[in-house]
Amino acid sequence: MRHVFSLMSAIVTAFFIMSSMAVADERYTPIQDKTVSKECGACHMAFQPQMLPKRSWKKIMDGLSDHFGEDASLDAKTSQHIKSYMVANAADGNWLGGKFMRGVGDNMTPLRITETPHWVRAHGREVPSRAWKNSKVKTKANCVACHRAANRGSYDDD
Amino acid sequence: MKSLNQPTFSHVAAAFLFSVTTLLALPSLANSQLPIIEGYAQQAKKLDQGFVKFSPERGHSLFSTRHGMGKPETPSCTSCHTKSPLNFGRTRAGKEIAPMAVSKTPDRFTQLKKVEKWFRRNCKSVLGRICTPIEKGDFLTFMMTQ
Repeated sequence: MRHVFSLMSAIVTAFFIMSSMAVADERYTPIQDKTVSKECGACHMAFQPQMLPKRSWKKIMDGLSDHFGEDASLDAKTSQHIKSYMVANAADGNWLGGKFMRGVGDNMTPLRITETPHWVRAHGREVPSRAWKNSKVKTKANCVACHRAANRGSYDDD
Repeated sequence: MKSLNQPTFSHVAAAFLFSVTTLLALPSLANSQLPIIEGYAQQAKKLDQGFVKFSPERGHSLFSTRHGMGKPETPSCTSCHTKSPLNFGRTRAGKEIAPMAVSKTPDRFTQLKKVEKWFRRNCKSVLGRICTPIEKGDFLTFMMTQ
């Protein structure tokens, strides 16, 4: 009986360790399209498409002439190409749904990754407000300021 | 029998000639802003018969003036590019921008499509309108002197 109990507790412990590892596993497929990397990466880090739902990318790509207060317009062919890539690889691009779909209601179309429930929860308690005011950070859109390998889709360095 | 894969004299000569011409062509890349500026000069002449030539001083003033006619976040070119074209700038999203000065970034203004894309975007953001061919030519002429 005692053996069974210790075996059980070992299994439970292993389960908790593994589930906490799963939470820390923040890796996303890096962008594999040159046009997407180049054009999106001209002003900010090219964010991985898995961070927003399809409907968000469509709305963003259809409104580039006023992109968060900036004119980011592109020729029709280039913007269509980027839109297709982002939509095809979006957070809801497969049946399972990515982490970034958590807590995003069907009626919600988040336009900022930093407003998604997953992003807010991952940064909320961990990042003190003074860190955002650091001149090297400048804005919450500047992932690489802290996540050095963000461009390669790795956000595990926290 | 002689293998076809064996390098012959003509192969070696062709490879040599190719590398020499490539090397000779490289310095001319440094001046490939000129066809773009010339293109703007032709457009300027069409719009204004009295147009003589571009002015780096007018370009400097376009770059430095606080226009405040576009988006509130970007009243002037210097909002992102800093006061000197020799400096690295920074986008509102925190990304570094290579210096605008041709002496610092030699491949600046060498691709017409790219030049037009950024004039279209940034003239609207700063001036609230598209730029004229004279303004574009003045701007590039100024950056060539920097």
